[in-house]
Amino acid sequence: MTAMIQEQAKLTPPIETKMAARDVKVFYGEKQAIKGVSIDVDMDNVTAFIGPSGCGKSTFLRTLNRMNDTVASARVEGTITLDGEDIYAPSMDVVQLRARVGMVFQKPNPFPKSIYENIAYGPRIHGLAHAKADLDVVVEKSLRRAGLWDEVKDRLHDSGTALSGGQQQRLCIGRAIAVEPEVILMDEPCSALDPIATAKIEELIHELRGRYAIVIVTHNMQQAARVSQRTAFFHLGELVEYGVTSDIFTNPRQERTKDYITGRYG
Amino acid sequence: MTAVRNPTDWTSEAMRRRIARRYAAERRFKAAGLFAVLLSAAFLAFLLFTMMGNGLRGFTRTEIAVKVDFPASPLLLDPNTITDQALANANLPMVTGEVVKKALGAHAEEWVSPTAWTVLRDAIKADPKILSQTVTIKLPAQTSIDLAAKSKGSPEAEAAVDRLNRAGLLSTGFNMGFLTASDGTDPTQVGIWGAFKGSLLTMLVTLALSFPVGVATAVYLEEYARKNWMTDIIEVSINNLAAVPSIIFGLLGLSIFLNVLHLPRSASLVGGMTLALMTMPVIVIAGRNAIKSVPPSIRDAALGIGASPVQVVFHHVLPLALPGILTGTIIGMARALGETAPLLMIGMRAFIATPPGGIVDPATVLPVQIFLWSDEVSKGFVEKTSAAIIVLLVFLLAMNGLAIYLRNKFERRW
Repeated sequence: MTAMIQEQAKLTPPIETKMAARDVKVFYGEKQAIKGVSIDVDMDNVTAFIGPSGCGKSTFLRTLNRMNDTVASARVEGTITLDGEDIYAPSMDVVQLRARVGMVFQKPNPFPKSIYENIAYGPRIHGLAHAKADLDVVVEKSLRRAGLWDEVKDRLHDSGTALSGGQQQRLCIGRAIAVEPEVILMDEPCSALDPIATAKIEELIHELRGRYAIVIVTHNMQQAARVSQRTAFFHLGELVEYGVTSDIFTNPRQERTKDYITGRYG
Repeated sequence: MTAVRNPTDWTSEAMRRRIARRYAAERRFKAAGLFAVLLSAAFLAFLLFTMMGNGLRGFTRTEIAVKVDFPASPLLLDPNTITDQALANANLPMVTGEVVKKALGAHAEEWVSPTAWTVLRDAIKADPKILSQTVTIKLPAQTSIDLAAKSKGSPEAEAAVDRLNRAGLLSTGFNMGFLTASDGTDPTQVGIWGAFKGSLLTMLVTLALSFPVGVATAVYLEEYARKNWMTDIIEVSINNLAAVPSIIFGLLGLSIFLNVLHLPRSASLVGGMTLALMTMPVIVIAGRNAIKSVPPSIRDAALGIGASPVQVVFHHVLPLALPGILTGTIIGMARALGETAPLLMIGMRAFIATPPGGIVDPATVLPVQIFLWSDEVSKGFVEKTSAAIIVLLVFLLAMNGLAIYLRNKFERRW
């Protein structure tokens, strides 16, 4: 299966760039966490960020929807564009940006409200659906896309926090796609899940591919190989190598990439 | 090469002594804790017991059954035209004195309360037909008789009580007046209603001012303010403010609200504003802790789907922090409810015999009323003081009960 997907990736024709980062540097106070990263994220492929702990891959991910804004000491230099529009421009509305670039976090974090409310919250605050009937449609569609509908359709008004870890994470994915984002950022979405729940999330990522540009941070190299078509290897705040996933894993050009994927450090 | 194995000897004499000492320390600590709990329970039981013993008598009054022969009394009233005006012109206090004298003998008019005539008035108003009959009406006893009947009074009063008891005319009734009347000079006539209403109005002003300001401050400091030396100073100041002795807030209220702003003296408005200054830091501190304990992942989740900072606060952070904020608020309010000193400074210790009609009317509050009554010379005020304390405690319990109810209600929302 993995081989088949990698085959597909190679055959994918020239692609539509969704987000482009140019020479991005991130500072936390005096400390520089990202040292000039340039990367393109496209619409049709799943992009994986891999690298050892503390290499800056999560930090870089959080610059893509400006979640770093919530950290008072963080400072971002360089340009990041979404459809050619600079997301750090003063005219950019951060709230709208985050609706367009959704995020799924490392630890499942459903709101302590009902399953229905978890999904309906985003569409409601953005005015995407007003009437109860419209919301019902959005909730069902989002839960179906998140592969959770059949498991929860009879208990939509139970608490979202009562679900299992894997179900909670799929609920969070459903919550993110309920506002119809263009990009979904996933920050180690499976690190708190067991292997079966992880497999379900990976399957879900396959199904969502193409509809949304997906960027996934993972420290699990097998996962990167399974779900992504493009892989970026980060080390010490630098982007060491970026390319087609199968090339990175079978034929890395950089010595550091090779050392990492063969398990010499990380 | 053989590894040197040297396991700990758990059975040696020294080790056994150590274990015994550990168990003993464990038992000592448990016993000390139990002793502390029992001691405080004993104090509480003692307080409640004495309070109830003294105070419950304050809710009752001694009544004297008086046979009233209306046709033979000097009362000039037409049963068909009983109006408030007619009753006011009938000189009922004099009539009551005459009636009592006739029923119980000379000097007996001193045994009934000076307000006994109101009982007669209400009886006539309720049923004008009694004007042509002879009926027995229970009139409230005068303070000295009341005291003598309940505990120990002067020799003359004791003699009168003896006489009345032998005739079977004395009884004890529930003193409704204690719950409906206000402060007065005669202990049998005083009531708690004025002070209760004053406390209620003052608490409303305090809550209306300190809750929104306190919560807004807590939200701003936690969610919006950048952490720098200025917020550090604000934080330290708020913590210090919570520890300032309450009388200093009274001085502040006196010099600013009364002397600069010229707000009405002795009013619940000024009392409430002064107590709000005192309560606000408590709410801010409790609110900040409650907001801090909301997991950051909830904020991330809401921000991540494009909620604005205000939406994050009002849709997620505040609802989750509300139980904690409410607990802090109720602690602050309970402290404000029992506060006396700052209110003395702004003139709420005046003698006020009518319940306040609004927040700008002169008023007093329950703890100040207790303080004033405990200072009275007349012995009848002792039991009234205890009774007022019971009312204050019931008020406090009701407030705490409401807080617990609200907290559970908000916690069960999901």
